[in-house]
Amino acid sequence: MKHKVPLSGNSAVAYAVKAMDVDVVSAYPITPQTTIVEKIAEFVANGELDAKVIHVESEHSALSAAVGASATGARIFTASSSQGIALMYEIMFIASSMRLPIVMTIATRALSAPINIWNDHSDFMAVSDTGWVMMMAENNQEAHDDVVLAYRIAEDPRVLLPVATALDGFFMTHTIEPIEVISREEGLEFAPKKKTWYTLDPDNPVTMGALGDPNWYFEFKKQQYEALKNSRTVFDEAVKEFEKKFGRSYGPVEYFGNEDAEVVLVAMGHVSGNIKAFIEKTSAGNVGLLRVKLYRPFPEDLIVKHLENAEIVGVIDRALVPGSPYGGPLYSDVIVTLSKNNLSKKVVDFIAGLGGRPVTLGHIKNIVEKLEELKLKPQKDLPKEPLFVGVRE
Amino acid sequence: MAVTSEASLRYSTHPLDKYLRADRLPHIWCSGCGIGVALGSILRAIDRRVREGSLDPSKVVFVTGIGCSARASFYVGFDSAHTIHGRAIAFASGAKLANPELQVMVVGGDGDIAGIGGNHLIHAARRNLDIIVFMITNFVYAMTGGQLAPTTPQGLYTTTTPHGNPERPLNVIKLVSALMPNYVARASITHPPLIEQYTYKALGMEGFRFIEIMSTCPEVFGRHAGYRDPVTLYNVLRSKVRVKQNPHVDESELSWESGIVLGEYLIRNEPGYVRKLKEVVR
Repeated sequence: MKHKVPLSGNSAVAYAVKAMDVDVVSAYPITPQTTIVEKIAEFVANGELDAKVIHVESEHSALSAAVGASATGARIFTASSSQGIALMYEIMFIASSMRLPIVMTIATRALSAPINIWNDHSDFMAVSDTGWVMMMAENNQEAHDDVVLAYRIAEDPRVLLPVATALDGFFMTHTIEPIEVISREEGLEFAPKKKTWYTLDPDNPVTMGALGDPNWYFEFKKQQYEALKNSRTVFDEAVKEFEKKFGRSYGPVEYFGNEDAEVVLVAMGHVSGNIKAFIEKTSAGNVGLLRVKLYRPFPEDLIVKHLENAEIVGVIDRALVPGSPYGGPLYSDVIVTLSKNNLSKKVVDFIAGLGGRPVTLGHIKNIVEKLEELKLKPQKDLPKEPLFVGVRE
Repeated sequence: MAVTSEASLRYSTHPLDKYLRADRLPHIWCSGCGIGVALGSILRAIDRRVREGSLDPSKVVFVTGIGCSARASFYVGFDSAHTIHGRAIAFASGAKLANPELQVMVVGGDGDIAGIGGNHLIHAARRNLDIIVFMITNFVYAMTGGQLAPTTPQGLYTTTTPHGNPERPLNVIKLVSALMPNYVARASITHPPLIEQYTYKALGMEGFRFIEIMSTCPEVFGRHAGYRDPVTLYNVLRSKVRVKQNPHVDESELSWESGIVLGEYLIRNEPGYVRKLKEVVR
């Protein structure tokens, strides 16, 4: 077995950025992301990574600088959280529409107000419509590997889209786990640096992002839609080769527990670890976990495959969309997917762990018990609104 | 001796307690941090104005963005808003224009006011908008752990410039002075009476008033710059600042080598934005 190094989630991400031999890093400090870029700055100062670190004046500028640098053909990295991601929102559309393979890590954190620096998925979910490939890790090793996978997917000529990788703020970013670090040689062999995208070229000047009038804009959007859809094939190929090379296997989703479990929980991020522990500890053969890793493009086929035989499905959402007919964004994706495939399932939405409130084994036990109870009821009697877990009334 | 005399009771509360939310204390600022000195001096100036009857404390609004200095809005007993990073001046503009009776004060750090919020600073000063902006300069993004800020002196080490800062710092005094607001001054926590004096003066003026307060952050600025000990950093800052009567704006350079000049750089008596607005919108 390869030597393992104890690293925080943020350091694990920084080591992956080093392995990818990134050329430009532009970022603005925000908790809990900051230590990623601090670590990268350390690598640069030590001569371990030949990159330029741009100290911009806001996240809006951070992603704008990343767009500019990527347009010259350089390999780019940036990272942010919460309000920083919200401030990047405008440029996130620009990055995906200009088809620039930027990689960004989101250290997920709640959105203001009130100000909260702790973890939930509000920021990640708020930008899920910006045309980026999006994935979320469950542990630090995966957060490390995701960055390497991200460059491979982003720069594939069939994709050419920015990729966001995510890890849970504090629960992962500031927690230390043993990591198998990918070296620069291994990383570049897996995701070699090649200029696969359209770039600025002084010898053959081009204009990027110019006006797309009604005669053209629509076609651009259609192409972008196709590219994001097709990125799934590239993702599947990438994880297959990743497993061959590094021995760690990932998929768009991960199923844990008995395949024929009646109660299946759908979750993302570090909470999945607690659910796995619950299933193991209680030997709950009747409970399964479907962890969604690849969020955009949403892996509809695998959602159907794993939920097809479930009696009842509980979706754990760590973000909230007030006023929507669904409550939680992940629940909405699951419901639409099932409905498109004519699967009439009992699906209940649980809103849990907003603003850093831990989702404990006790909470998971309550969720499972609630699902066991609702399982016996007819579909029409299921709650029409999300159930809030661990909140004071 | 279990006797509670009136004299000992007198010392059980601080004279500025009436302007603080004592239930929120103790504050989160680190040992050796200069923000407490700055806030204390600002409150003393407010207290002087209140006691002489020229300021109604119920009309005071504290607006802050994000950062260590921005935590001030947590602790003061006035109406206050803790807004988002860089947007305190934008929020303050709205509050002031909606209710011109208010005495709107923005407190922020250099990263908040001159970095991410720099655009709002420029335009509020350009309009001569009737608010007071305090920028507490500690040379780094302190709350996130000491990253390079727009005011970091050249060559110094921070967590994002472990090789030394290659960038030129922003001289905010010169920037704001160029926009010709009514008041521009620079004070330092090494000279608390100056902060109080400038704040007192600003409270009696209209238009845009900008006060930069040089401060100490031994915990994250000092740690990397080589002045980890609070007393050392305090002495270093004190050795670098000097007070000057009516300094010229060309002397305002934020230089770690040649020193930092404190004083009142600009005092004007132009009509503020609220008055100008009333001239055109009747």
